Amino acid sequence: MDAEFWIIQVFNGLSYGALLFLLAAGLSLIFGVMRIVNLAHGSYFLLGGYVALTVIWTTDLWVLSIPAAALAIAVVGLLMERLFLRPLGFDPLRQVLLTVGFAFLFQQAALDIWGGDSLDITPPEALTRSAVIGGIYFPLYRVFMIGVAVAIGLALWLAMEKTRMGAMVRAAVDDSEMARGVGVDTSLVSMFIFALGAFLAGLGGVIGGAFLGVYPGLDFEILPIAFAVVIIGGMGSLGGAAIGSLIVGLADNFGKALFPEISYFTLYAPMVLILALKPTGLFGRE
Amino acid sequence: MSERAKIIAVVAALVVLVLYMQFGATSFVRLVITQALIFGILAMSLDILLGYTGLPSLGQAAYLGMGAYVAAILTTRFGFGLDWTFWLLIVLGFVIGAVTAAFFGLFAIRATGVYFLMITLALGQCVWGLAYRWNSLTGGDNGINMPGRPDFGLDLSNDMNFFYVVLGFFVATLAALYLLVKSPFGRSLVGIRESELRMRMLGYNTWLHKYVAFIIAGGFGGLAGVLWAFLNGLVSPEDVILATSVDALLMVVLGGPGTLIGGVIGAGLVVFVREYLSTVVEWWQYVLGGMYVLTILYLPGGLMGIPERIRQRRAQAAGAVRAEAVSTSH
Amino acid sequence: MLRRPTTGFPRAVKLGALALGAGLAAAPAAAEELRIGFLAPMTGIFAQVGKDMSNGFEMYVDEVKGDFAGAKVKFILEDGQGKPPVNVRKAEKLTRQDKVHVMIGGLLASTGYALAPVSTREKTVYIPSVAAADDLTQREASKYPYVVRTGWTSSQPNHPFGEWACEQGYKKIVAIGADYAFGYEVVGGFQRAFEACGGQVIQKIWPPLGTKDFGPFIPTIREDADAIFTLMVGPMSLQFPKQLAASGNKKPVLGGGTSYDEFVLPSMGDESIGHYSALQYSAAIDTPKNREFVRKYREKYGKVPSYYSESNYTTAQMIHEVMKQTKGKWPGAGKFVQMLSKVKVDSVRGPIRLDELRNPVHNVYIRKVEKKKMHGYDQDELWNTVIKTYPNVSQFWKWGKDEFLKQPVYSRDFPPCKFCQ
Repeated sequence: MDAEFWIIQVFNGLSYGALLFLLAAGLSLIFGVMRIVNLAHGSYFLLGGYVALTVIWTTDLWVLSIPAAALAIAVVGLLMERLFLRPLGFDPLRQVLLTVGFAFLFQQAALDIWGGDSLDITPPEALTRSAVIGGIYFPLYRVFMIGVAVAIGLALWLAMEKTRMGAMVRAAVDDSEMARGVGVDTSLVSMFIFALGAFLAGLGGVIGGAFLGVYPGLDFEILPIAFAVVIIGGMGSLGGAAIGSLIVGLADNFGKALFPEISYFTLYAPMVLILALKPTGLFGRE
Repeated sequence: MSERAKIIAVVAALVVLVLYMQFGATSFVRLVITQALIFGILAMSLDILLGYTGLPSLGQAAYLGMGAYVAAILTTRFGFGLDWTFWLLIVLGFVIGAVTAAFFGLFAIRATGVYFLMITLALGQCVWGLAYRWNSLTGGDNGINMPGRPDFGLDLSNDMNFFYVVLGFFVATLAALYLLVKSPFGRSLVGIRESELRMRMLGYNTWLHKYVAFIIAGGFGGLAGVLWAFLNGLVSPEDVILATSVDALLMVVLGGPGTLIGGVIGAGLVVFVREYLSTVVEWWQYVLGGMYVLTILYLPGGLMGIPERIRQRRAQAAGAVRAEAVSTSH
Repeated sequence: MLRRPTTGFPRAVKLGALALGAGLAAAPAAAEELRIGFLAPMTGIFAQVGKDMSNGFEMYVDEVKGDFAGAKVKFILEDGQGKPPVNVRKAEKLTRQDKVHVMIGGLLASTGYALAPVSTREKTVYIPSVAAADDLTQREASKYPYVVRTGWTSSQPNHPFGEWACEQGYKKIVAIGADYAFGYEVVGGFQRAFEACGGQVIQKIWPPLGTKDFGPFIPTIREDADAIFTLMVGPMSLQFPKQLAASGNKKPVLGGGTSYDEFVLPSMGDESIGHYSALQYSAAIDTPKNREFVRKYREKYGKVPSYYSESNYTTAQMIHEVMKQTKGKWPGAGKFVQMLSKVKVDSVRGPIRLDELRNPVHNVYIRKVEKKKMHGYDQDELWNTVIKTYPNVSQFWKWGKDEFLKQPVYSRDFPPCKFCQ
């Protein structure tokens, strides 16, 4: 195992982490603002991939499929929040079960609409090549994933820090009662955040679709990993989601490369430890 | 209904069930009903946590899995549990469930609300990860085929015999948990559910109360696991997946939390959809998903809460204004 | 265009009213009715494979208008969801509720291992038409007297493949395969045969079943290998060649048959052109029988048949052969197994007979992925061109039954990796 091995593995871990960030950032924000454990988040990811495929099949435009799918899923999230979650009020258990119910419904609907094939999103030719630097191959698609995650991360950060909506979101994360007290419309914030979370998951689904594939069952495969990111990074914090994604991406990558036997255990056991010692995650605020 | 009337109703229902099993049911339906009883035990164990203590565990399948894997490993490796040692195996299954819960509880009990959901989810996934990847012990993805059912004079490979044994454990569980929730300990659990802070100020060690409840629930989960292993004949990581834990929660919420018997009714319905309806129609998953959504939206007290709601409606219709809403949400 | 699965496949004839209760009032084992229970995933990751399986079987049944020499075929499909325990419960339903004469199907090797005990318990014939778990018809065959296989054992095509690899002059090969029973048996069979003729497997990598990101694994492949042997299943098959190509691989790629099956082939990119694989079927077999089969199947279901379709089509054909001999009377489970093991058919995949442990002896085809026109279709498509045929390959290859069964079943650690550092 020479330097080359380590460079490639770190690069792979980073790119996988980048994808996880897209998936988990939304989950983390939703949790932070609304304290909802959204078990339908994996379904958003999968549906994003499927919608993108439909767009690609009809228009042949990969570039168009990214915003189209993300927006479509944002609408799904928005409707789900307005019509079903909002009326429930704050009750973690009922919210969880409701989102599970939707996850089952989405799963069956996706199977009925898109069938059971293992599908694959084909990115433009240019992105399927590799850059060769010092004899090491860097697949461009992985570079692209890192780029998208960095861009989205920066945009989110700016939005949270510089805009009024961002300030309202931060206030709601810190103390939603207090926020309401000072005139923040938390209902509006919740709706916005839920739609944004769904948007990001849908976006992740399109980007990830070329990398993981799009197939029935992906939703429940990816979900626990997203939770690992959120739990480790800390819920409701963008920075936490970023760090958590990196940790899980790298840990998963090196875990599989170096200790394949216990790769799942090494993912969940740290989760338990962190939850037990610091329930709000490494970077979550108390 | 008075407590007495409730007990009579349960006994009557069991008598009907036995008569139906003996004279009406086809052999496949017998399997489904036996499975429903086993998941009824699991649901009741979870109800102690969710319904009575207010702890929504997303990892109850872990104990079912521990019980099932202990049964599978001991019977296949040592032939243990296939004769009279079956009874020892049952005890062992209970103990392993309880011990696992005692260990997990150290991490989980501190957490509250949504954090409790998350940590139990993570603990459940740990057990799944081990079942899935610890090939040499669990057979990994292949799982473990059971060598058959026990025979201790009474041959349990006969489905009716096995049904009666399961029914016996079911009734014993129901009775034990009923006595538990009616005991002072059970009442303090309800007190914790309603207001942990108040209980603590009254001088109760609420952590210990919750911890003990967690262990008891784990024990009965392990018991259900042993029975499940013998019923299904195959133990695999699929028994421990998140969906099993979530199903168990649905059973309790659907039937009515804090009623014990509600969880059993919920178990019956979920098992019916998964095992029976799925063989009849293609769109059964819509029914399952719809059950989740509709229960949450329209049945806050579960099925067992319906009579209460009807009474409320009537009272309102009669013009009686109730100053305070009766809480049926737990 | 929205590519919906063009099945048009009517969900099985359903027995039993929804109402629990009286249950099934069907007459037991009427001679004129042959009840066949079919287990295949209809939901979940392997849903499409399940459709391919049942389509193949149904196509044959439709061709003979549901009439097996006087016996009316009642086809009952159950969704095993690709999960062994669910398959077990559905099998109990088929045997108890529907009182089927024969159970067919099961996809994963693990499902095969789970269903075989049910067949023993319920004394019902079980035909693993796809599930390829070696030991069902090897070391554990005596435990499962009602199991008779029409498909294959996982290692069967990979024995000749190993020998073929030697002939190509490969000396050192790295194996990378899905980490479960089927993967071990495929890789194990290849390794044993390859090393028997002087080759060396110098590294074995086991990504978990369902891996899609091969980033952690590809960089560990040793530089000094002459070729790579892969075994992928389901969605894995799509991602691996793509990511391998992007990592700059220039080595020849050999694969277990399922890695390039026609089930995934149409979704694959050009990066898999030139890859080799071995299986008892290829849609590109150039015989009139197969050409006819491909044409009819494609017309009916809108896609090229995979081995999953072919295997079940042929299974139906073989059952039909037995029923011809009994003139449509159900001979009883034990007798049926006996008769089926003596059947010889000239099938779509070539001639088939069964060995004494009730597993097929059939041709194994070495195939190469090529982009070309085939069977008279006018567009360029990916096909598994047959480049060499090993006729009448038994599951024991050249070692013979007794010698072969002396070794343990192929596993993660068997054969041991002598040449790994």
